[in-house]
Amino acid sequence: MSQADRPSIRPGIRLQWEAVQNAYVLLYPEGMVKLNTSAAEILRRCDGMRSVDEIVADLESAFNRNGLQGEIEHFLQLARAQGWLSAAES
Amino acid sequence: MSAAVTTSPAIGPPLWLLLELTYRCPLQCVFCYNPIDFAKVEDELTTEEWIRVLREARALGSVQLGLSGGEPLMRDDVEAIADEAHRLGYYTNLITSGVGLTRERLSELKRVGLDHIQLSFQDSTREMNDFLSHTRTFELKKRCAEWIKERGYPMVVNCVIHRLNIDHLDTIIDMAVRMGADYLELANTQYYSWAHLNREHLLPSREQLQNAERTMLAWRERMKGKMKIFFVVPDYYEQRPKKCVNGWGTTLATIAPDGTAMPCHTARMLPGLSFPNVRERSMRDIWFDSDAFNRFRGWGWMKEPCASCEEREKDFGGCRCQAYLLAHDAAAADPVCSKSPHHRVVVSAVERAQETRVPEAPLVFRRPENSRSYS
Repeated sequence: MSQADRPSIRPGIRLQWEAVQNAYVLLYPEGMVKLNTSAAEILRRCDGMRSVDEIVADLESAFNRNGLQGEIEHFLQLARAQGWLSAAES
Repeated sequence: MSAAVTTSPAIGPPLWLLLELTYRCPLQCVFCYNPIDFAKVEDELTTEEWIRVLREARALGSVQLGLSGGEPLMRDDVEAIADEAHRLGYYTNLITSGVGLTRERLSELKRVGLDHIQLSFQDSTREMNDFLSHTRTFELKKRCAEWIKERGYPMVVNCVIHRLNIDHLDTIIDMAVRMGADYLELANTQYYSWAHLNREHLLPSREQLQNAERTMLAWRERMKGKMKIFFVVPDYYEQRPKKCVNGWGTTLATIAPDGTAMPCHTARMLPGLSFPNVRERSMRDIWFDSDAFNRFRGWGWMKEPCASCEEREKDFGGCRCQAYLLAHDAAAADPVCSKSPHHRVVVSAVERAQETRVPEAPLVFRRPENSRSYS
């Protein structure tokens, strides 16, 4: 994952708050994943505008914690492997 | 907390809502899961009634929506239904053969917010596709695939796999790759309704299945990250039953064209159950309080060997329709399970599938005349 990468959710996949499940879910063709809080907070920021560094800085400030970079990058790798994110720009 | 024995987990929301908008379909597929007696159902819900169902189910938490049939595009209100579904926050999947799709309809569906289209093929060549569906639809389907791609939809191709096409798996996958499919579903036939009627023609041999799995795995490796391949094995070759519809009344609500609400799309065949209708009862009432939806929830209804089985929460005893079809008792263990006293029925069907003879009974196509004469 390059530093310049600005992750975005892949077209056709939708992140949505579901009140009945009290959770964010990711909806895709014929399937759904219920997200835990940290996954949802990261994916909500994958808007194609923010770089990975900006997402990290944003989350560290929102949750008043440091050292989240490793965890976030690890999750983004998983999300890519799942096909939830658009292909990284080279 | 008392030490009372629980027979049911809490009832969750009907996350999946499947609307079978119509049983009308120009295709006559020999493996169709619509009821054999589909021709009896003529009184379809109106647009307003479908929209009311959408609203009521959304309030209960339904979020994945399937618009299916029959061929849903036989109705001219799919656009209006998809429009309302989008407004309500559903993720809407149109499950179609492509027949009835035009560029104009596709534009309108895209505009109103339809999320995805699953396009079915019956095989990889015109001859076989058109034979298995008993229609000339192969070229039309290929055109639909191009339009779907052109509109920027994720491309989801579905092909039902069985004895007559399983040896063509390599070319089927190759066709999907060339169409630019993002997802390919290779669903081995499940033996209900028309597929059950035609089972002797459709159940593949073990050797066919093993070859197909090898082919599929090689493609899956090759297409990693580009196309997802789903492969559903025929459960007759398993030792344990599938967790049918994720457990009766746990996740899925199917509404038939006439408004009959069911926990699964083939449940209509089960005797002794009276299914509620959305014209008479609300979705809330149907989901939580109807006898039909409560009948096989949890495990209180189970008989042996399921009742004391340590795997009962894993598969809920398998499929109720299969239990009825093969053991003539909807509350029995699914005979796919090797612990079932009726497992022999499955074993002997599998044994017959290893023979090379042509079945005596003719292949029965899903069409209204056959629907009337076989029901």
